[in-house]
Amino acid sequence: MSTPTYKMEVKDLKLWYGDFQALHGLDLAIPDKKITAFIGPSGCGKSTFIKSLNRMNDLIETCRIEGTIELDGKNIYDHKTDVNQLRKKVGMVFQQPNPFPKSIYDNIAYGPRTHGIKNKKELDEIVERSLKQAAIWDEVKDYLDRNALSISGGQQQRICIARALAVGPEVLLMDEPTSALDPISTAKIEELVSDLKSEYTIVMVTHNMQQASRVSDETAFFLNGHIIEHGDTRKIFTNPDQEETENYISGRFG
Amino acid sequence: MSAKVIRGFVYLSAAITFGMLGYVIFFILINGVRFLTPDLFAWNSTSENVSMMPAIITTLYVVGGTLLITTPIGVFTGFYLVEYANRKNPIVKAVSMATDTLAAVPSIVYGLFGFLFFVTFLSFRLSLIAGILTSVIMSLPLIIRATEEALVSTGRPIREASYALGAGKLRTIFTVVLPVAMPGILSGVILATGRVIGETAALLYTLGSASNIPGDLFSSGRTLALHMFVLSNEGFHVDQAYATAVVLLLFVLILNGLSTLVSARLSKGGK
Repeated sequence: MSTPTYKMEVKDLKLWYGDFQALHGLDLAIPDKKITAFIGPSGCGKSTFIKSLNRMNDLIETCRIEGTIELDGKNIYDHKTDVNQLRKKVGMVFQQPNPFPKSIYDNIAYGPRTHGIKNKKELDEIVERSLKQAAIWDEVKDYLDRNALSISGGQQQRICIARALAVGPEVLLMDEPTSALDPISTAKIEELVSDLKSEYTIVMVTHNMQQASRVSDETAFFLNGHIIEHGDTRKIFTNPDQEETENYISGRFG
Repeated sequence: MSAKVIRGFVYLSAAITFGMLGYVIFFILINGVRFLTPDLFAWNSTSENVSMMPAIITTLYVVGGTLLITTPIGVFTGFYLVEYANRKNPIVKAVSMATDTLAAVPSIVYGLFGFLFFVTFLSFRLSLIAGILTSVIMSLPLIIRATEEALVSTGRPIREASYALGAGKLRTIFTVVLPVAMPGILSGVILATGRVIGETAALLYTLGSASNIPGDLFSSGRTLALHMFVLSNEGFHVDQAYATAVVLLLFVLILNGLSTLVSARLSKGGK
């Protein structure tokens, strides 16, 4: 076993919405090319936290942050950081599938076009590769000019994953990516996520504890804006150190 | 029991609404269609033929000129208010409130303002330019509000999706938000067009009522609605006023049809 390398390191992260403090000094290291799951009850700060990893919280006017988050050793909250370049490296998939009301092709090509790729052949290759990576190529390859809103929710979510992959990210953030989907679509996406970890560092928020235990390598348990416990997923689910973790896992609250 | 009463009331209200609309249209057609003679479409309008052709052309001038100015200003103001302005800024609040108030001001007030400011103070006299500028002020709030509503209703998710892919604000607004908001913006523009076509009070004091096509921006003219107003006011050509109303009605119907068609075509999305 080699020593784990860390893709992102969070140090003493505090976050406020106006006067309300949502995160209380979090420390966390996210291992490279592994899947880290965040679990915890609603309102515990896990979604807020994942959104600070690609600075999506910047869009909320009242949001204020202290502490550092490093990506490959560089603080992403440094004033020199180009937020658009950061989000190119740290992609995101949302809870509700949110494809653009454009064709499937244009959805996938949007990111690469944003970052300056205009060559049609190159775009074609990226679109095909991304859709294959997201395990949806066979289902949509004959309908690339169809509106992305005309396909099912589970397919839409995989289009969104393909769209995120098309810009060539290093980290993929997934905020409850299956909570709006049926069990079959959920299973497809779980399988897909497991396949993706050979190339990407994945961080996933989930409400579904079975999902966390099935898919992830490491798990962090959030409660009231604190990380109560973080470690190897098997250990968290079989032999947690903290009583609160055990209570949550065994379904006594949350 | 009460459900029946409510249902009856709903049907009655609908019947009254459609009945009145039907009555107006029927009344105008009955009184107007038989006076639609070729004479009424002669290029030169005289006090004998009272042709509405110059008025049709002038209407197109006024509507075209107004939209040319009001659409970009209105749409960009809407964009500013929704996408860039800080909602808590007192100036922004004032602009927003002014927009809402202006939309509710009676058109005769616009007419008097146009008369005092453009016609008298700026010495434009009764002219095409004074009429157009007054129409611009009148239609601006409609377009601003339609744009605002269309932008707000596009919602957060597609914006977040765009930002999360590393797109900047300008690219997000123009390539993702704008296409979605387009039907709403266009229906605002068409609504404004309808208002200008139907306007009389505001134009009477600014555009005037010269019966022929204005030769330049500083000549007076009359739109269809004004033509109709003048004819029925003079009392010599009331039948021709009804005939003019038929044409005006046709314009408005075509415009409404166009509006429905455009938003249906656009909201289908696609490429």
